[in-house]
Amino acid sequence: MAQPVEIPDKIYVGPVIDEGHSLASISDKVGGIVLKRKITLGWTFGLFMAFGLLQALAAGAVWLFMKGVGVWGINIPNGWGFAIINFVWWIGIGHAGTLISAILLLLNQSWRNAINRFAEAMTLFAVMCAGMFPVLHTGRPWLAYWLFPYPNTMALWPQFRSPLLWDVFAVSTYFTISAVFWFVGLLPDLATLRDTSKKPWQQKVYGMLSMGWRGSARHWQRYEKASLLLAGLATPLVVSVHTVVSFDFAVSIIPGWHTTIFPPYFVAGAIYSGFAMVLTLMIPVRKFYGLDDIITMRHLNNMAKVTLATGMVVAYGYIMEAFFGYFSADKYEKFMIWNRMFGPYAMFYWCLILCNIITPQFLWSKKIRTSPGILWIISIIVNIGMWLERFVIVITSLHRDFLPSSWGYYAPTIWDWAVYVGTLGLFMTLIFLFVRVLPMITIFELRMLLPGAQVKEMVPR
Amino acid sequence: MSAHIESSHPLYGLMAEFETATELVSAARRTRDAGFRKFDAFSPLPLHELDDAMDLHDNRVSMFTFIGGLLGCVGGFSLACWCAAIAFPLNVGGRPLISVPMFIPITFECTILLAGLTAAISMLVMNGFPTPYHPVFNVERFAMASRNKFFLCIESADPKFERHATAAFLEGLGAEEIAEVAP
Repeated sequence: MAQPVEIPDKIYVGPVIDEGHSLASISDKVGGIVLKRKITLGWTFGLFMAFGLLQALAAGAVWLFMKGVGVWGINIPNGWGFAIINFVWWIGIGHAGTLISAILLLLNQSWRNAINRFAEAMTLFAVMCAGMFPVLHTGRPWLAYWLFPYPNTMALWPQFRSPLLWDVFAVSTYFTISAVFWFVGLLPDLATLRDTSKKPWQQKVYGMLSMGWRGSARHWQRYEKASLLLAGLATPLVVSVHTVVSFDFAVSIIPGWHTTIFPPYFVAGAIYSGFAMVLTLMIPVRKFYGLDDIITMRHLNNMAKVTLATGMVVAYGYIMEAFFGYFSADKYEKFMIWNRMFGPYAMFYWCLILCNIITPQFLWSKKIRTSPGILWIISIIVNIGMWLERFVIVITSLHRDFLPSSWGYYAPTIWDWAVYVGTLGLFMTLIFLFVRVLPMITIFELRMLLPGAQVKEMVPR
Repeated sequence: MSAHIESSHPLYGLMAEFETATELVSAARRTRDAGFRKFDAFSPLPLHELDDAMDLHDNRVSMFTFIGGLLGCVGGFSLACWCAAIAFPLNVGGRPLISVPMFIPITFECTILLAGLTAAISMLVMNGFPTPYHPVFNVERFAMASRNKFFLCIESADPKFERHATAAFLEGLGAEEIAEVAP
């Protein structure tokens, strides 16, 4: 699997996995985090904080269901407020996980092996958070199943020409396939936990979850084929999901939304924010769990490079948007871009430029790419920047469209914030639980990187 | 190195343990060359060399995935057409009821969904999962198969299986340890 590639000294930052690891030590180290490690005060405190934030979601949702969507800041013309902004933001974050687990697998990038499990867990949790918003935004979430085509007494069928319905199909497919891919990837590692655990209840739980995996060659052969197929299917899927999300905007005729650059620019933005989020989570996890021999400088360096590259694509998108506005000779488009830069939300736009275009330029320096602390701060800034991007796209286009008589202003209420902060709590709670109950690194794929796993055959057939 | 191969109680097979992936692959190759067919190799990581050594070429997962994808593709498109043209036709300014470009996203997502689910489910079903119990788990050291050791098990159901001769054969392959597998 791992083809040795000669890397020039100038750009070499370290191995994919530190020397001195063996098949046994890898299994014990990663499995030990789940099976042996004591529950620390820091973890308990973190979980407690995250769970506390989650209560904001509960409160926000209850109030919303009691009073309706009027408790949010949305109005006419700003029918789409925080709900859509946060939906797009969370979905985008999810994209890095699939990129790492599927696209980098097809490209045979061995450095993905150490981070793909964690990144894909992040994907699942982010999509859960994302899915919350459209459902809440319907105002009557108990009727959300109306979105699916099923025979009903109203003799109604969904509108298959609507991007909003495409969204339902795209996001639910994305979640299902990601969850399946993740679970399939977990099987051999769950078997490792079953076999190394000393406690009967753990053996039972992991034993049932691993479905009786025993590492048979016949199983591995089908397993590898299924993994490859899933990766091949997830690759166009991940590109399609954010494309469909961008269609929610691009298919409409609102100035600033009705552009063909939206799909590629959204996909790049999604990967950009996703990699930033992987860095935000991975840098502390790597430190607290002492995993810097498995998630090495090489990983951080590579992720920083992907962040930089997709950041440049996003920057190109911003420049083109401004250019289109000017070059379209359409007064509404022109006004939209002027209003975006100098209107009531100008501060958000310039903050966005600062976060998303200026900040990642620091990543050109190898020194910064290999200093976890600075990288972590940059990743947070990029996360904020990507949230601002969605805010700017949604609000500046909506609040002043064609007729000045229909202009308005949008400001989120406390309930908007409660739901948003609540989903952050949900996300963090799930991450905290995940690192303690499942192996956060794909053990069997790490084994493939070790010299002990290479077959050097002496008997030619 | 020694094994207790003397009793006559029923047996699932004999299991040999190896230290490295290379040893397992060459042992598997020699077992096959010796005429055994009902045997299996166990490793903590996928070894593509074993597919060749054991002549494993099961392509059914790909076939089923293709069929699943095809069904999803046809099914998704038909669903959209049926809803839009038959069940709930909406005449919007005389535009065609079956508006193909607008149905592509749904068709695509249904293709991926069904293909992906079929890939995973067919893999699990053909591997016989879930199998919480299997005779190989009776060997105590087999717990290492998911950690760092490599195993080869010849089943007693193989026509060439003969308790003592097979044990000697496994020993000849350079096995570190040989164990009987209770059924």
